[in-house]
Amino acid sequence: MSEIVIIGAGPAGIRAAQTLAAHGVKPVLLDEAGRGGGQIYRQQPANFTRNAKILYGFEAAKAQALHTTLSNLQEQIDYRPDTLVWNAEQQVLDTLHQGQRAGRLNYSRVIVASGATDRVLPVPGWTLPGVYTLGAAQIALKFQGCAIGEKVVLAGSGPLLYLVAYQYAKAGARVSAVLDTSPFSAQVRALPGLLRQPATFAKGLYYRTWLPLKGIPVHQGVKLLEIQGHQRASGIRWLQAGREQQLPCDAVALAHALRSETQLADLLGCQFAWNPLNRAWLPVRDPQGRSSVPQVYLAGDGAGILGADGAEMTGELAALALLQDLGKQVDGARRDQLLKRLANLQRFRHGLEQAFPFPEYWAAEAADELVVCRCEQITAGEVRDAVRAGHWEINRVKAMCRVGMGRCQGRVCGAAAAEIIACESGRPIEQIGRLRGQAPVKLLPFGLEISS
Amino acid sequence: MKPLDYDAIVVGGGIVGSSAALFLARGGQRVALLERDFCGSHSSGVNYGGVRRQGRPLSQLPLSMRAHVIWSQLREWIGIDGEYTRSGHLKLARSDADFASLQAYARRTADFDLQLQLLDRAALRERFPWVGDIAVGASYCPEDGHANPRLVSPAFAQAARRHGAEVVEQCAVQAVEHDGQRFTVHASNGQLYRAPWLLNCAGAWSARLAERFGEAVPLSAAHPAMLVTEPLPLFMTASTGVEGGGIYARQVARGNCILGGGRGFALTPTTARPGQAAVLEILRNATELYPALTGAQAIRTWSGTEGYLPDDEPVIGPSHTQLGLLHGFGFAGAGFQIGPAAGEALAQCILDGGPAHSLAAFCISRFQQPPHQKENLS
Repeated sequence: MSEIVIIGAGPAGIRAAQTLAAHGVKPVLLDEAGRGGGQIYRQQPANFTRNAKILYGFEAAKAQALHTTLSNLQEQIDYRPDTLVWNAEQQVLDTLHQGQRAGRLNYSRVIVASGATDRVLPVPGWTLPGVYTLGAAQIALKFQGCAIGEKVVLAGSGPLLYLVAYQYAKAGARVSAVLDTSPFSAQVRALPGLLRQPATFAKGLYYRTWLPLKGIPVHQGVKLLEIQGHQRASGIRWLQAGREQQLPCDAVALAHALRSETQLADLLGCQFAWNPLNRAWLPVRDPQGRSSVPQVYLAGDGAGILGADGAEMTGELAALALLQDLGKQVDGARRDQLLKRLANLQRFRHGLEQAFPFPEYWAAEAADELVVCRCEQITAGEVRDAVRAGHWEINRVKAMCRVGMGRCQGRVCGAAAAEIIACESGRPIEQIGRLRGQAPVKLLPFGLEISS
Repeated sequence: MKPLDYDAIVVGGGIVGSSAALFLARGGQRVALLERDFCGSHSSGVNYGGVRRQGRPLSQLPLSMRAHVIWSQLREWIGIDGEYTRSGHLKLARSDADFASLQAYARRTADFDLQLQLLDRAALRERFPWVGDIAVGASYCPEDGHANPRLVSPAFAQAARRHGAEVVEQCAVQAVEHDGQRFTVHASNGQLYRAPWLLNCAGAWSARLAERFGEAVPLSAAHPAMLVTEPLPLFMTASTGVEGGGIYARQVARGNCILGGGRGFALTPTTARPGQAAVLEILRNATELYPALTGAQAIRTWSGTEGYLPDDEPVIGPSHTQLGLLHGFGFAGAGFQIGPAAGEALAQCILDGGPAHSLAAFCISRFQQPPHQKENLS
């Protein structure tokens, strides 16, 4: 039997499931996590008792609404937690349940809402214990109620930087500093775009102004030099306005915005195109989320970074597209309203990119000794050597020097490797190709059980 | 456009075409090597990486023994060691009948210097304690081993380039003509390449060029399934295979184990993927053969597009219909070790007027039916 399947139970996946259920379609909702909500609205373990306001702050209402939606849907959908989709082929998904039991699921149509992870631009010392991504620092707090350290520095760029700082400080963790690589002038220039979403903008501004008021130093326009330490992170060094500064700390959270998780769309055969805004290859989709493959729909941050609100919209839109393609009657006015709101959000997203510009100098300045690929311990110099030997296509460079060949399969180092290759080869980044998706999407154990 | 003139044009930058180009360039010939994709990026670069003579049919052993010498001089030929290691190759028997056929193989190949050692159950346990109890015996070939194909195969093309060959990547052959003296190749880069010799080393895609000159061959493509584990403590001291087929495995110095077994499927004419069933079979069954893999994790799977002829023997040598045309393809998943010697033999056809080892067993004419039979069929 073929099912209608949604991969991912974050804001996009849950709204898609809700929309399908409302039209009498019972989808299978596959969730890699044990409880729905995705990363942004990740739920704490069932026996934890912190309230939503503490967990999600300003977003508590949205998080609760989404969780409630999912629990109210239990009868109308087939929700399968702890289920990783590790491979996808035409009409069939390969799954791994609780890390142990392999299964197959035939689909007639599938909505891929695979989410995002942090984009990491390595700095010396980034592989030391005590260094996390911003997303991981946030998850530690939301899921387990833990801070990543007692003197935490948050570094990089992107809206998450200020949000995590605010959440940490609110939760009573000590934030020693926020180091933002984007200059204040960029944020001023971005104002017109950002004002497209006044509410979201106001929240961002609130976090940004709240921090110094609480005595948390915010440094903008910094260039990160090094995370210091031997056995673990013990300090951070940076350059600001030509002056070198440093600060002791015991943990650093580092990221430069988010990157879409696109391996499943790739394995499903979707066409990709270079997306300058995301500075990444993304699966091609129409305004409602139809991919280039007739039965495959794309939603949420996995199809392009737009944030949690955008994910709810694209999830619902993809479900409406799927329903239309099934020949079901859908509310055209609702669809058009979503499309309009989405267009507004896209302009806001452009503003964000202006406010938190990608540090284009990074690749040229990365030292040869800097480890780019931590799984395989491949340095920037080794990547450059492969380029100097005549290779410029990223999969070829991978074959030559192992960058992206380890446990993470390039999910962590791929973006940084691409920057180095482009810079060293003198080619525009969109011309060096993209890392091919290869199953398994995440690790597969030997000796697994096979569901009949 | 004015054609570029060469002594020989090689079509296909896999290990066979690249080594042919290398040997020709070293022999003073002006060579153009045309590769549709990147050199060594298909079967030659994504295969298992076995460098073994053991298990090959007798017909291949003379060439394979010559390849064994080339491999021993790898750095001199291509400038890198390519992670080549003579770990030994251990062929496991899961039944007494399988062990008997390993014994028979050892007798049949006694004239070649393979130095095969037959190990009964006790000897196998003692020498290779990491092999699972499912094996009842084995045949060990101490000087066989393994290497990293994604480094070695492109390095043959690089070496050819260093010796003066014109290596053109991302350049597909669109049409080929012969004017009675020379071939003219129309390439996708808009260039015309002209030479009296043309080498068809296009792997799984070689049939078209052969057919163009009236030598249709029943070449089919298949897609071995491969996977690699995260780095593990070193335990697998030899490259292994199983008599009668099944899972084969080796461990690289970094600790990753590479396992193959079963087949994948074609995604497009030039790309392939291992099937889910093949991957699960390996994950489920490998621990019987290699118990140390219990609890390990696979991090990546892949496949490639390899050419097979019905008798699983390659075609190597001159065309029977077109003077100046040489073939080297159809290595049936076992071309990595023998590839450099096959390339050298093709180069010898040009440089020396004929190969140093007989290529009779690999003649393309074995697939050509006499004309009257053809008529009967039509």
